[in-house]
Amino acid sequence: MSRPKHLRKISNPPGYKGFNPIGVSNDHLPLVLNLEEYEAIRLSDFDLNGQVEAAEIMGISRPTFARIYESARRKVAQAFVEARPLVFEGGKVYFDSDWYICNNCGCRFDHPDKEIQVSVCALCGSTDIKQLKGDEK
Amino acid sequence: MKIAITSTGNTPDAQLDNRFGRCEYFAFYDTKDHSIKYLPNPHKNDVKSAGEESIKLIASKGVQKVLSGEFGVKVKNQADKYRIQLIMLEDTTKTIAELIQMLDH
Repeated sequence: MSRPKHLRKISNPPGYKGFNPIGVSNDHLPLVLNLEEYEAIRLSDFDLNGQVEAAEIMGISRPTFARIYESARRKVAQAFVEARPLVFEGGKVYFDSDWYICNNCGCRFDHPDKEIQVSVCALCGSTDIKQLKGDEK
Repeated sequence: MKIAITSTGNTPDAQLDNRFGRCEYFAFYDTKDHSIKYLPNPHKNDVKSAGEESIKLIASKGVQKVLSGEFGVKVKNQADKYRIQLIMLEDTTKTIAELIQMLDH
């Protein structure tokens, strides 16, 4: 039996299901891009992280990240060249977001949508908030 | 935006329920028309996975924020998947009306 895979952390999943090519008949088989591959492309080419940082964010080793990223690029290229739809699906993943604490009302809250910067407390609207790290949950 | 609050009763004077999955009632507050709807929690007496079932129910109502005393370990994962924000408040003596006032800030 092969060694079980480490779970990859997805901090910002896509809000839609995939892509369709324009101007071709729709009978091509779709290519499945795993969520971890989507996240690898997002971290490397959109957020412009280095592989070491990106691997750390996803909670995996750098060589593993490189393999996922490689496979993601190949799938995207194949979909472009063969005019096949791309669907985002599956993968060995878990979803995670960071916790924040508000010093005004004492509540703790998380933030699933990382694109938007957290600046105010979700409950009382105070700006006196702090991000919790590691085991402080 | 719709916000779910775990409640011990179905009136605005009811207090925040400390538990998420097995709370008595969910209060759904709509920030657009300031309406509150109460729903008895169907998973109140579930033996297992009450939190996961509850978050599914809440997601189906189009809720974007959940306010409760505590969340179980399985809930966070699911909530991130549905892009629902979790808010934990240790002070459970606050009433639903007071919390809504805070949310309106």
